[in-house]
Amino acid sequence: MTSHQHAANPAQNYLNHPKGVWSWLTTTDHKRIALLYLFTILLSFFAGGVAALVMRTELMFPGHDLVSADTYNRLFTLHGVLMIFLFIVPGIPATMGNFLLPLMIGAKDVAFPRLNLLSYYIYVIGALFGVAALANPVDTGWTFYTPYSMDTGTSVVLMTAAAFILGFSSILTGLNFIVTVHKLRAPGMTWSRLPVFVWGTYATAVIQTLATPVVGITLLLLIMERLMGVGIFDPKLGGDPVLFQHMFWFYSHPVVYIMVLPAFGVVGEIIPVFSRKPLFGYRIVCLSSLAIAIIGFVVWAHHMFVAGISDTAAIYFSIITFAVAIPTAIKVFNWVSTMYKGSIRFDTPMLYAMGFVFLFLVAGTTGIYLAALAADVFYHDTYFVVAHFHYTIQGGAVIGLMAALHFWFPKMTGKMYNETVGKIAWILVFIGFNLTFIPQFGLGMEGMPRRYYDYLPEFQSMHSLSTIGAYVNAFGYSFALFNLLWAWIFSKNYAPANPYESLSLEWQTPSPPPTENFVETPIVTDWTYGYGTPLKSGAH
Amino acid sequence: MSAHHHDSHSGHGEGFHGELGHVVPYKTYLAILIWLLILTVVTVAAAQVDFGAMNAVVAMIIASIKALLVATIFMHLKFENPVTWLYALFPIVLLAILLAGLFIDNPFRTDPQHATEAAQHAANRLAVILRIG
Amino acid sequence: MSHGLFRTEWVAGEPPDIHHMDVPTAYDAAKLGMWLFLATEILLFGGLFAAYALFHWAYPTEFHHASKELNWKIGAFNTCVLLISSFYAALSVDAAQHNNNKKVVRYLLITLGCGLIFLVVKYFEWTGKASHGLFPGTSGEHGAFNSPEFNHSYRMFFGLYYCMTGLHALHVIIGMAILAWAANLARKGRFSKRYYTPVEVGALYWHLVDLIWIYLFPLLYLVG
Repeated sequence: MTSHQHAANPAQNYLNHPKGVWSWLTTTDHKRIALLYLFTILLSFFAGGVAALVMRTELMFPGHDLVSADTYNRLFTLHGVLMIFLFIVPGIPATMGNFLLPLMIGAKDVAFPRLNLLSYYIYVIGALFGVAALANPVDTGWTFYTPYSMDTGTSVVLMTAAAFILGFSSILTGLNFIVTVHKLRAPGMTWSRLPVFVWGTYATAVIQTLATPVVGITLLLLIMERLMGVGIFDPKLGGDPVLFQHMFWFYSHPVVYIMVLPAFGVVGEIIPVFSRKPLFGYRIVCLSSLAIAIIGFVVWAHHMFVAGISDTAAIYFSIITFAVAIPTAIKVFNWVSTMYKGSIRFDTPMLYAMGFVFLFLVAGTTGIYLAALAADVFYHDTYFVVAHFHYTIQGGAVIGLMAALHFWFPKMTGKMYNETVGKIAWILVFIGFNLTFIPQFGLGMEGMPRRYYDYLPEFQSMHSLSTIGAYVNAFGYSFALFNLLWAWIFSKNYAPANPYESLSLEWQTPSPPPTENFVETPIVTDWTYGYGTPLKSGAH
Repeated sequence: MSAHHHDSHSGHGEGFHGELGHVVPYKTYLAILIWLLILTVVTVAAAQVDFGAMNAVVAMIIASIKALLVATIFMHLKFENPVTWLYALFPIVLLAILLAGLFIDNPFRTDPQHATEAAQHAANRLAVILRIG
Repeated sequence: MSHGLFRTEWVAGEPPDIHHMDVPTAYDAAKLGMWLFLATEILLFGGLFAAYALFHWAYPTEFHHASKELNWKIGAFNTCVLLISSFYAALSVDAAQHNNNKKVVRYLLITLGCGLIFLVVKYFEWTGKASHGLFPGTSGEHGAFNSPEFNHSYRMFFGLYYCMTGLHALHVIIGMAILAWAANLARKGRFSKRYYTPVEVGALYWHLVDLIWIYLFPLLYLVG
């Protein structure tokens, strides 16, 4: 597939050269920046997880057990802000996207390496603003709905400023990736030979760049409202609180595609490798990424069906929301078709990828329930919604990140992790996740509202099940990530350049790669998915 | 896609002697400036005429002509590739979508006190269309 | 490895040695990157315009009356100032394309001068409004701006006016900083037809500032 690569000095790679903390803090190497992001976002994941466990513990039994209603409000706000703005939105793009994009297209780095580092530091500054907001944690929910967010005495200004700054980081990363894909592809790497992960990252970057400014101005206006009292969101002053929701969701719906499109890309890379079969329907899979990005821009008010929008608007947004399921379903059919009659290896990355397909199927179909107007009148603001979006975000994007971390672990660290532990951790994650959220679909159907710290006794058994599931889930993730960390630091099981026999460019360079990625610029002559024909190693 | 081979120290030695960006004649820039100033006068003049609900639309159309002149000539968009055009125009499409969303909502909201009546009207009309009422 | 964080050495008139892109690619990439950034700015201001559009639709007569408090002649003057500044920004790129660093400096200084005039005029507009009680925290012939009795649509119109022109003024300042940086490099003889990227992308950013005002002026000062 590529021209001959001669081995670089295996001792010198991007991890150990140059040395020293300062060289890491001032790096412009996309691979190091990816790791900086990874470390930071996993901290946020952990913190957001702790908030979740405190909430679930409170909800184990009815009544006030652990926290008051006010504290509970601050907890679910913190959980949302940490998980969304600090963890899963940077998520796969900032980590795996940064690491893989130049490698997969045969480039030495992204288009603007210094801007890449600046993106990271802007993220850190945003995170620090968020920490500053902990002086008086916000209680509005991560959605900051007006009019309450204008009136509440909590640190809304600091928290929304944090989100604004984090958005800036997202915009600059997206911009960098778009220019990288357009300008830095290696000779022969045409658009129709790009790995689906690159297509997914590109579609994500378009959303990152173009949708984020709208939430930026929305949050800025909220800050102006609190500081200056303009009146545009304040019904007492002739304003419209629903305007805030329109502007907020105009970004926040596309943001869910920022979260999940890269995960689609990850799954599209893993399944062909572990089925030893070309990706079925490559072209339509790539186009479906773009279709999701575009359709994702026109469906936002399905978050607002009962907010007081007109019937006309509600009907329109409901119909279009059904449409967004179609390109996603196309992907699911293509992944499954890839596996059909393939020679499947159930290594840990493949388990996560297959888990993703199942969990996202549940996510997507429960989304259809919510898209139907009459049903949503009942389901809105119940646990049904909570379960649905956790299936999409956690079952989708987070599982996708776990799949990616396991698949590319050998490339990033030069080591292999313990496969048995990886599998056991996966079982715990899968069981724990479903145990947490299937009862929540039940709770929603029974009418249990979301964001409540207390509930009627009839909901108790499902809540208790969900809480147990949450603990199993948390333990599973901790076990999986600890396994990886352990292997990175202590393992002596060194990885070859291409342990899974993938045809993609990033595997045609040593594990870990040298700083400049490729000793000679690759020349691409074929697409990434030519599995099924014999490889040099004799495998297929 | 260019096919030159790089080693790990690209860019050294050989200079690039082609033309980087398009050179626009001074006279063109000056002509555009004059047109822009004229259109500013037109903007003010048009504002003296009452087009009713179309006042804002007329003003925005004239502004868009000025914007197009600045973008295509001053900013050299006229000589740029399709990808740049795409990303220059896509935001406008997105803003149009945002406005569309706002304006199929707000003007069509019904007073909640009369919601039942409105729903009944809508149901009646739908029944007539479907020939079941 | 030549990709350090701070590139300080350069050769007059020669493009910097970027290790992973050749010269035309680096130039194209920089332009595309700036256009993408401008796209984000259009969306940032666009959100404000959308909010404005909604309330303009909701309160047409009140907004029209409120806008009469603004002096359209000053607005028109500022429009011309920015149009002329854009003209000179375009000329500065042209000068660089003709290897003339001295003209680059001269034209950028004129652009900066226009920007300064714009900001000074804006300052007097705002303080003028404040002295009439039409600025948050002030009071005048219409009452106290922040009191509940103050005309709601006046407050909304002016709130939007200050947000929109304020955000715009902030971008004028940022644009001036970028152009000042480019002018300083030109003063040292940095540019030639083989390398003038900072002038090009700086001018692009500046034109955006002009573009936004082209829409702000009629909307706020004439239509209301």
